[in-house]
Amino acid sequence: MIANLTSSERQQAFVLAVGVVLAGGAMTILGRSDTLGVHGAIVMLFAGVVLYLIMSSFYDPEPVEDRESSYYDDPIKAGIVLSMAWAVFGMFMGVWVAAQLAWPDLAFDAAWSSFGRLRPTHTTGVIFGFGGNALIATSFHVVQRTSRARLAGQVSPWFVLLGYNLFCVLAVSGYLLGVTQSKEYAEAEWYADLWLVIVWVTYFVLYLRTIARRKEPHIYVANWYFMAFILVVAILHIVNNLALPVSWGHAKSYTIWPGVQDAMVQWWYGHNAVAFFLTAGFLGMLYYYLPVRAQRPIFSYRLSILSFWGITFFYMWAGSHHLHYTALPHWVQTLGMTFSVMLLVPSWASAGNALLTLNGAWHRVRDDATLRFMMAAAVFYGLSTFEGSFMAIRPVNSLSHYTDWTVGHVHAGALGWVALITFGSLYTLVPALWKRERMYSAALIEVHFWLAIAGTLIYVFAMWNSGIIQGLMWRTYTEDGALAYSFVDSLVAMYPYYIARAFGGLLFLIGAIVGCYNIWMTVRAVPVAAARAADVPVTPVAVPGE
Amino acid sequence: MADTYHRKLERSAIGLVIAIIAAASVGGIVEIAPLFTIDETVEQAPDMRVYTPLELAGRNIYVREGCYACHSQMIRTLRDEVERYGPFSLAVESQYDRPMLWGSKRTGPDLARVGGKYSDFWHVAHLTNPRDVVPESNMPAYRWLARTTLKTDDLPQHLAAQRALGVPYTEEMVENAARDAYGQATPDTDFAAGVTERYGDKTQVSAFDGVTTHVTEMDALVAYLQVLGRLTGAAFEGTAAPEEKPDPEG
Repeated sequence: MIANLTSSERQQAFVLAVGVVLAGGAMTILGRSDTLGVHGAIVMLFAGVVLYLIMSSFYDPEPVEDRESSYYDDPIKAGIVLSMAWAVFGMFMGVWVAAQLAWPDLAFDAAWSSFGRLRPTHTTGVIFGFGGNALIATSFHVVQRTSRARLAGQVSPWFVLLGYNLFCVLAVSGYLLGVTQSKEYAEAEWYADLWLVIVWVTYFVLYLRTIARRKEPHIYVANWYFMAFILVVAILHIVNNLALPVSWGHAKSYTIWPGVQDAMVQWWYGHNAVAFFLTAGFLGMLYYYLPVRAQRPIFSYRLSILSFWGITFFYMWAGSHHLHYTALPHWVQTLGMTFSVMLLVPSWASAGNALLTLNGAWHRVRDDATLRFMMAAAVFYGLSTFEGSFMAIRPVNSLSHYTDWTVGHVHAGALGWVALITFGSLYTLVPALWKRERMYSAALIEVHFWLAIAGTLIYVFAMWNSGIIQGLMWRTYTEDGALAYSFVDSLVAMYPYYIARAFGGLLFLIGAIVGCYNIWMTVRAVPVAAARAADVPVTPVAVPGE
Repeated sequence: MADTYHRKLERSAIGLVIAIIAAASVGGIVEIAPLFTIDETVEQAPDMRVYTPLELAGRNIYVREGCYACHSQMIRTLRDEVERYGPFSLAVESQYDRPMLWGSKRTGPDLARVGGKYSDFWHVAHLTNPRDVVPESNMPAYRWLARTTLKTDDLPQHLAAQRALGVPYTEEMVENAARDAYGQATPDTDFAAGVTERYGDKTQVSAFDGVTTHVTEMDALVAYLQVLGRLTGAAFEGTAAPEEKPDPEG
């Protein structure tokens, strides 16, 4: 980590770490009678560990080789490790909260372990911890390879990666302490949100500067998606989180958006977190790792353009379909429904483009579980975007909304699409990055694949059943015109499905643990003697004519 | 033709950035900005009152414990919902809600009109262990709320922040916030009178958790649950059940 930095860069890193320690100190003092103080201590501890790492090799020899003649892969490696660690944490939390719904006493009578506090640790852990770290790592990898240029910074990639993980730590520890804004998928409080803005702007500048160094005239399609992901998530994050803290010494804040406007802003954010975090970013992964693994070029350039601009434009209108039949004005609901249906076109253009790219490589899909992960991801992407458009239609939504059907839909996307494309990409990336011939065990990738598929299907089928049963029970009338079931009747009908769902999630978690072991053993293996010599950026030295 | 145009665009990082921002901005601007300018978005409700400091503290506990993950506060305009929960929710009913707590999932029932449906005692028993009163329930037990003293000293700051954002708290309400929180949970003290004076005669002053020696988080949460749906009677105007209309002004 430090060995590849020059002494002036080590000084920069030192100053940054000290700055964060001081900021943590200020939080500790200002928030001494509040949970803000606890978070100050966590910030100081986190930055203190980083500071220790910097200082422990501060006076080591500086790098001698020309760094511009190699890609900057250290932060990517760290990002992969962090991503897998968050995956296990987030999925474990998921299994735990799922089990709590079936067996409520699994909260053990403590405040921090009740369902309401654990649930956001699961969502944040998997979306931002697992997904976010995977996106940062793969985007650093893809932008360098497709631009044939090294990252445009030595310290800033580390700042982005570690700063982002500090945000995740603050968010997750906050929920356990009872610090939350209650905005779904944006629960972290104002100071963590401010910190994320700083990290994210650094990320954007780094990404743009790296693209500016490219040795290719065109910007590759994967980078369009990563750029849309970085840019739009910044816009969403800032607008949704505008808030007034109770005081500088309080963790608590009040959002500037009241009632109905807050509902619209939250779901404009919430749905586009799905669009630009969980879709655009992972499509960036798909557009690079799937053709690389299949050894086939992307099927259609035109479909790529259509789907990219369709997704970027249409998605931003769709959030209001979360608010059908509510106090949100009818015209906004109708717009949300209309654009949600239209979204099917660019979504299926992407899914179709991915699957048609596999034409001529289906024997590889059969033999190579890594490629099969990505193929299955594209299929689930197509299925869950169809389901999403369907559920956004008002009368369908009247049945599905507030039920487990929504939860099932989200997990068809999150497990079937996001997690599968991530595992496929990481299994492609890890051997390349650590310069190994292949992953430690192809058999374990097979095991992981089938655990993940089985887990996803059990989960999704359980939630389809429970959701539709629940929705129908709520609206069933007796012949006398009275409601046939009490709410508790509908809850009792859910228990078998809640147990099945927890089991499906457990299978998926076990798969992720198998993946961690496989990656760990690959990293530990002896590097192949003939390293992939071609995997270097184009430099003026290497291309004298440029 | 479009291809050649796009081939130019994708040679420019800045061009792509500008195009992405432009394409992504339209939807949000068209759907969000008019919600502030079209008057019909939020109905008029002259009888609506603000949350008392104790109710606001209870609401913050509801937020802190993530109750919104399993309980909605939004009755949709569907027959079965209106018959199950009461008149459909109006935008005005959450005009002072920061954040809104409409929710997205009903693992438990909707709570938009739960206020007044159960006794304080039922709520305390239910929160202490839901399975004591609803054997089939899968809700967590919140025993510690009754053991935890409510933090009231910073309530004036909370009300002041809300006022800065446009919630119509008066200077007097802000100054007396901590005293009013205490008073609302201790009916037989001098502090109780101030609560009804500032927030209306119908404001429920009660020993919510049954203990008046100190104000707990249980008091605050039950006070909040008991006011849900009762800040205004606007939703009951012109419905089939006007006799159930709450009267916040007294």
